[in-house]
Amino acid sequence: MQKLLETLLIGVSTGSIYALMSLALVLVWRSTRVVNFAQAGQAMLSTYFGYEIASRSEIFWLGLAAAIIAGALVGAGVDFFFMRVLFKRAISGPAAVVAPVIATLGLLGLIRSIVGLTWGGEFKSIQAPASKDGLTIGQTTIPFSALNILIIATVSLILITLAIIFQRTNLGLSLRASAYAPEIAQLAGIRTARTRTIGWAIAGGVGAVAGMLVTSYNFLSPYSLDLLLVFGFIAAVIGGLESMVGSVIGALVLGIGLTFILNYVGTSLVFIGGFVVLIVVLLVKPDGIMARGKARRA
Amino acid sequence: MSGLAVSELAVSHGAIVALRGISFSVQVGQLAAVIGSNGAGKTTLLRALSGLNKASSGSAQWNEREILGARPDALVRSGISHVSEGKSVIPELSVRENLVLGGIWRGDKSDTNAAIAEVVELFPILGQRMSQSADTLSGGERQMLAIGRALVSRPKLMLLDEPSLGLAPIVIEQIFATIDQLRRKLGLTVVLVEQNAMSALEIADIGVIINLGEVVASGTASELIDDPALRAAYLGY
Amino acid sequence: MRKKIILFILLGWLLLVIGDRVDELRVYQGAQIAMYTIALASIVLLTGYSGQVSLGNGAMMAVGGYAAALTLNNLGSPVWFAFLMAIFFSALFGALLGTAAARLSGPYLAGTTLALAVGLPAIANQFSFLGGEPGIFFDVGLPPQRLGQEFTQYKWFFWIATLIALLALFITSNILQSRFGRTWRAIRSNPLATELSGIHSSQMKILAFTISSALAGLAGAVLAMTISLVAPGAYTLTLSFALVTGAVLAGVSSLPGVVLGALILVAIPEIADALANRLGGGENVSSYLPGLIVSILLILSVIFTPNGPGENLHRHHRKKA
Repeated sequence: MQKLLETLLIGVSTGSIYALMSLALVLVWRSTRVVNFAQAGQAMLSTYFGYEIASRSEIFWLGLAAAIIAGALVGAGVDFFFMRVLFKRAISGPAAVVAPVIATLGLLGLIRSIVGLTWGGEFKSIQAPASKDGLTIGQTTIPFSALNILIIATVSLILITLAIIFQRTNLGLSLRASAYAPEIAQLAGIRTARTRTIGWAIAGGVGAVAGMLVTSYNFLSPYSLDLLLVFGFIAAVIGGLESMVGSVIGALVLGIGLTFILNYVGTSLVFIGGFVVLIVVLLVKPDGIMARGKARRA
Repeated sequence: MSGLAVSELAVSHGAIVALRGISFSVQVGQLAAVIGSNGAGKTTLLRALSGLNKASSGSAQWNEREILGARPDALVRSGISHVSEGKSVIPELSVRENLVLGGIWRGDKSDTNAAIAEVVELFPILGQRMSQSADTLSGGERQMLAIGRALVSRPKLMLLDEPSLGLAPIVIEQIFATIDQLRRKLGLTVVLVEQNAMSALEIADIGVIINLGEVVASGTASELIDDPALRAAYLGY
Repeated sequence: MRKKIILFILLGWLLLVIGDRVDELRVYQGAQIAMYTIALASIVLLTGYSGQVSLGNGAMMAVGGYAAALTLNNLGSPVWFAFLMAIFFSALFGALLGTAAARLSGPYLAGTTLALAVGLPAIANQFSFLGGEPGIFFDVGLPPQRLGQEFTQYKWFFWIATLIALLALFITSNILQSRFGRTWRAIRSNPLATELSGIHSSQMKILAFTISSALAGLAGAVLAMTISLVAPGAYTLTLSFALVTGAVLAGVSSLPGVVLGALILVAIPEIADALANRLGGGENVSSYLPGLIVSILLILSVIFTPNGPGENLHRHHRKKA
């Protein structure tokens, strides 16, 4: 019983970080119809900025703020300087299906190399903002720590902020309208290209938070966020790629599911677990768990 | 002159010439009906005027300012609203959100709310559906919502693409009556593209008949209605 | 057909002669090029022809590598049989995955195969017979005595790899020129019309996945041979990404292009190393410069010649015609 509860709590903590990455991917997918593999690179680069600030000031939260700003700027920059150029050249022929995937993979590689050349490959770590020691309740100590609580709280705060932005503000309405029907949005006077860039900036900032939170209990290296990308992507697909709420639910399902595999089956099977969860979801509900009758097709 | 002046407008889709040598003008406050059969190029004309399609040559001036080549969102800012073909609403958004969308660019929340109130006065049914998703509306209600969204932008020139498409006759009548009422009340200049020639000409000041991408006749609406040859060839009775 | 056979035999002879003239490192790199050639052919068939995007070819290679090593070690079979088993098991795996993949489109397929690329090699850590992180040995043995004293181990690897690569390319090019190849292209460019003309596009897609996977598995076994080992660390996400990169740089639907792609994949670290030495940078430069060069090449090629370096040439020809 206790193990079950622990697994659930840790699962929520892990899943909440996946949720941020998955949201970042969904945001970009909805507006640009591109699965942005470079998101891992953008988050990593931003986390390096966060690391610099956090290690100098010895304040995690200052680092987090720096990472968010860096993430937003990098995200906007990628859209403005890269995606716009790519889309101006309407690509046809056999490469049309792979071109966007390849372009973002190329960008991931580019950012990775730049980070590697600048900071090197050695592992960096950031002083966590809370204790990583398990909480003690009565006589027993569980692996769920104060840091886990803080992670869940931070993610919740971000999610609430995003929900307010998207549901209650004109910016959010513009973002949704531009994603659903760019032409109509433009006819309504929305500057859709600019709105899309703002969407990329938000995605970049959200991804940066994910990067910082992972790094708070793990190390940072040019490769350290690859798994986050993969799991974030799986979560987004579970959620149907279109739905922001779906992606968060998908991430929690995945986080809890993987933690169960970790605690009850075996450490090495966690990775393949993601694949199994994904395949099952896709074969049972090909458009994701949030799909109503007529989901949009890619 | 003030108003809309289109001259020698041409549009090509790749090698296919969709429109050539289109010229007509509409005075401020007038309603121009652009009539033609399917594929005549009416939609292309409106899309060129609102910046959605690129014109290959010619000019179009709104109050003596060139509008060809500008982005659609920039044209909204200079008072031109385009209600595109097929009930241009966003089904994923609520009715209220669809309306608010038209006012965002002005950045004046209270004025947007006032404009929405005016739209609700015009189309009371929308007022009852405010928080519903636009997906749940009937065809006629969607058309009202699309026109309403354009009105929230407080346009001076309105480009309407086939508002009667796929609607029941009684609803069509209602929509046309509203359009007529609107432009009198607000002093709107309207370019109305229609296949439904008679209903459109009945409320129009001038008419432009397009066939195979070219203007074949233009004049006051009553002239066109009274010309027996035109009636037989293009108006269908 | 006969012309092609002669061409391939000549090519093989030429390669073997070259193999005699160059130093040990180049011979080893030759084997690597052969390995990448097979792996890239697998992607060209799948993506360039059948229009399916897979980021999981590294995982397919792992299946082949492990199948070969387990066969060789546990059955004591001849080496050729181990390679055959690599093909068999990876094809089987590909057929299974392809059945699921045929129902997935675009980003969903990319995501599924990505998850596989991350997950599959890690399974080795779970079961002791797969050898865990250190992996298991895959030793094809010393070169036969009759080739002489000076015939080195690496040269033996090179011979085997080249022979396999030429065979694989020959068979693949025939498959692509057959009605299967035409059908795949038809499905890729117009799925609906193809379905309407009575072709089961999902069966064709599964077939493409199976053959592509068989090729990848074969490449995986060749890779295992050149490093005498199968281990999860050999079949990383980085490998999967590198393969997609190589395929795009080579022109994703050009089979002859795969040799160029393989050459680039092997040459770039080399060039970067030389560059790093000249620049006098430290360890960082030599480990991240290759990635930088590859990424820049990839981005430029996807923007300017997304369908491969031959694209503009073809367009030019067509205009003239």
